[in-house]
Amino acid sequence: MLELIVISTLNGVLFGMLLFLLSSGLTVIFSMMGVLNFAHASFYMLGAFFGFQLTKWIGFWPALVVAPLLVGAIGMAVERYGLRNTHKHGHVAELLLTFGLAFAIEEIVSMIWGKSPLDYRVPALLDFPAFTIFSTNYPAYKIFMLAVSVIIFVALLIVLKRTRVGLIVQAALTHPHMVGHLGHNVGRVFMAVFGVGSALAALAGVIAGPALVTQSDMAASLGPILFVVIVFGGLGSLPGAFIASLVIGLVQTFAVALDGSLASAFGPLDPSAGPSVLTDVWNVTIAQVAPIVPYLLLVVILIVRPMGLMGTRES
Amino acid sequence: MSGAVSGKGAAVEVRAVEKRFGNVGIIRDLNLSVAEGERHAIIGPNGAGKSTTFNLISGHIAPTSGEVKLNGDVISGLRPFEINRRGLSRSFQVTNVFARMTVWENVRCAVLWATGHRYAFWKNVDSLPEVRERTARILDDIHLTHRRDVPAGLLTYAEQRELEIGITIASGATVVMLDEPTAGMSHAETDRAVSLIRRLTEGKTLVIVEHDMSVVFGLADRISVLVYGHIIASGTPEEIRRDPKVKEAYLGEEAH
Amino acid sequence: MTTAATSTAKVAADAAGGSLRFYGVWLIGIVVLIVLPMIFSSGGSLTSFSLIGIAIVFALSYNILLGQTGLLSFGHAVHYGLGGFAACHMMNAVVSHGWPIPLPFIPLFGGLGGLMFAMIIGWVMTKRAGTVFAMISLGIGELVASSSLILRSVFGGESGITTDRTALPKLLGWSFGPQLQVYYLIAFWLVLSAIAMYALTRTPLGRICNAVRDNPERVQFIGYDPHVVRYIAFCFAGFFAGIAGGLAAINFEIANSAYLGAIQSGLVLFSTFIGGTAFFFGPILGAILVTYLQLGLTNLTTAWQLYFGIIFIGIVMYAPGGIAGLLMMHRPLIRAGTLWTVIPSYLVAIVPTVALACGVILAIETVARFSGGDAINLFGIAFNPTSPVTWIAAAVLVVGGFVVARLTWRRIAEAWDRAGTVARDRGYLA
Repeated sequence: MLELIVISTLNGVLFGMLLFLLSSGLTVIFSMMGVLNFAHASFYMLGAFFGFQLTKWIGFWPALVVAPLLVGAIGMAVERYGLRNTHKHGHVAELLLTFGLAFAIEEIVSMIWGKSPLDYRVPALLDFPAFTIFSTNYPAYKIFMLAVSVIIFVALLIVLKRTRVGLIVQAALTHPHMVGHLGHNVGRVFMAVFGVGSALAALAGVIAGPALVTQSDMAASLGPILFVVIVFGGLGSLPGAFIASLVIGLVQTFAVALDGSLASAFGPLDPSAGPSVLTDVWNVTIAQVAPIVPYLLLVVILIVRPMGLMGTRES
Repeated sequence: MSGAVSGKGAAVEVRAVEKRFGNVGIIRDLNLSVAEGERHAIIGPNGAGKSTTFNLISGHIAPTSGEVKLNGDVISGLRPFEINRRGLSRSFQVTNVFARMTVWENVRCAVLWATGHRYAFWKNVDSLPEVRERTARILDDIHLTHRRDVPAGLLTYAEQRELEIGITIASGATVVMLDEPTAGMSHAETDRAVSLIRRLTEGKTLVIVEHDMSVVFGLADRISVLVYGHIIASGTPEEIRRDPKVKEAYLGEEAH
Repeated sequence: MTTAATSTAKVAADAAGGSLRFYGVWLIGIVVLIVLPMIFSSGGSLTSFSLIGIAIVFALSYNILLGQTGLLSFGHAVHYGLGGFAACHMMNAVVSHGWPIPLPFIPLFGGLGGLMFAMIIGWVMTKRAGTVFAMISLGIGELVASSSLILRSVFGGESGITTDRTALPKLLGWSFGPQLQVYYLIAFWLVLSAIAMYALTRTPLGRICNAVRDNPERVQFIGYDPHVVRYIAFCFAGFFAGIAGGLAAINFEIANSAYLGAIQSGLVLFSTFIGGTAFFFGPILGAILVTYLQLGLTNLTTAWQLYFGIIFIGIVMYAPGGIAGLLMMHRPLIRAGTLWTVIPSYLVAIVPTVALACGVILAIETVARFSGGDAINLFGIAFNPTSPVTWIAAAVLVVGGFVVARLTWRRIAEAWDRAGTVARDRGYLA
């Protein structure tokens, strides 16, 4: 049991940090531009697929740098030629544009790489157990993922607290209406923020690809969880996004790891009752419930605290 | 003098209201009393908290402390639509109409609640005679009958301001609050708007925020002067004109 | 007062003239629905018409949210799917208990299924509008879709719940076995729902929904609680989506978790938006087009969803009013008699635009078929996806088409400016 707790905590924190790599970009983009980027998870997926392809061509380590740069460039192009032209039609139109984009990216990816999971392997350099707890080998690659996430997290903190651009972003987070007064270079700031956000998402994709499944539906399955994270944390709040990422990462990892059900805890129901909703609920394992846990959390937070954990804005 | 003349017959009464945003007190110890049927103007320099006062009275924001009464009932803390249903209607400084709907629809929507049709989904909105007549009358009053089928977003600025007033009075509220109704208008348009306001608020209680001093002194029965979130003087136009505190704090710097 | 009186009289006169035209349009629609299967009577077209009818009801219900109330939902299929399951369970219950309920009443229970869920979850969901509502609708959609796989007794797991529509009591001798009878059942409910939803837009609630869409803040200052307005609209949308789901359950004799899923929610969003949200008939056009393309393209290409995505992105960026918006743009020009001045610029623009479209299609199909090596057949010309000739042709068409098309689009804009100015002078354009 202790073993399970240690391993799941590690995995949960890791998943949470990955979620934060994505949700931080999404939050900053949303706060500054008012755009909820539906395609954010698609950039993460592009990162994984580019990472896979580039690993084949030039190896994992160059791919780790090149893939995020490529995706960042795509992100900047999307901002420059898509969102900027759509801005005059309002935020719903912008959201719809990114929705269409997410849809198109998924189709293009499955057109090129197919719909089945790719054989995206952990680089040989990191393919060894880092340490052994009890009887479980903890892979070095996961430690590497954790390290990369933490490095990026620290780097983001420094940029936010210590640089001019960081100050602008911070100002935008607390006073979104002031962004318009930034001056003549507001377009470039937006493009840069969008590009960096996309690149961070892609970086998460490159490092998560070998550990998780690299498949054309990975954006569609992660995207909704990402939105849960930023609503749960409070729209426009970076600390909120951080806490929510960790909470959801941990909760989901533990749910997957636990193999209990009400039936296993209290014994099966009277079989004569026959199949009913009650027996379904009784027999379902916690692992089976894992996919819906984030959404249940969403419903709970909406009832208890509609603006999210750390949110200050109503909408 | 400060504070308000409290007494019977006050349509709107604001008592000891404070509003803070974080540590910043925008409104401090605000007292204001507007008698029934009175035309009351609130003036003050930019940033004095005039719009915030409007927002506090109309329920757009809730006061940090103190209370607001409408016809003797406490309304502070109520939602805007609850306050509106009790007979207080307000306009906005920045034009705030239903842009994609026609002028006719704009005014008609503002008539619906007051005529008791509320959320009805079983009535044809086009065959409600009292709604139609009232809408037509208001359009006529605000001189927009010839523009009735134009989407509100395509009206000229002055027309939108008139529509704004039309929407505000459409419900037949007894207390009407207008937030800078003539802002940005030319002289001719202002004159037109003033006579419009005078006519449409006949017999009603009017609270108005206005920068144009000729409008204020021409229209108001009483004037309150708001400086840094506090009312420093309240009285008839003549009293206000003579008040040395007002001269110093406000008229001195802005009267040309 | 006299002006008020005349303006009231004018309203009445307009209403009389308008109502004549109005009933005419609906009558024509009904006649078309009746006659359609007599002209195209093959099994394939009957199936297509049935699917299109269902899609229209679904898209119209979606537009209660998006077009009327300004709520962007990414989870509307939840109500559609729950309506489908409700209908299936009701049909099975009718059969096993021998209740005297014939099939044509079943869609109503589908509607109630969709309505019930909307009433339960809607109050929390509609607290906030805009982006937050959009995200929450996505989350709730995922929640229901994932739950449906856990609650096997209700949703039948992966395989779904099956039913037999012919086992229900007959009505006027109709067994509803043949597709033709199912088509007429769907057409009947289509007309009924469309009239009901149109009527809804002309009620006090319908108008206030528009007001909430345009300016939820101001609505509060004319006596309305925007939350209540959104909630009621949400319930209506759920009800009619449930009817569409019930019709689908009857048509396919099955309901499964795919009904509830994100793809179904995405398709209805595509249909409605492509058709145009600002006009009542927009979603009808969109549902016809998207369903027709979906049926037609699946046989031709594996990348059919990508085409939807591209069309959708194009509409969002260049014609946010959708097809209906594009069509209705021309009304003031027709009235002012200046339409003929823009037609030539359209004709000029067609050539490079079609070339551009062909280039895009060629490029997509080249990628899609690169590994398979199937030939691409475009207007009778075969292209080999692995041949550089094809790649060059695609590149030339895309780049050349785009450069030339942009010039011609500019001409359209200029012609429009001129025609619009004239129309404005003549008083047909505000």
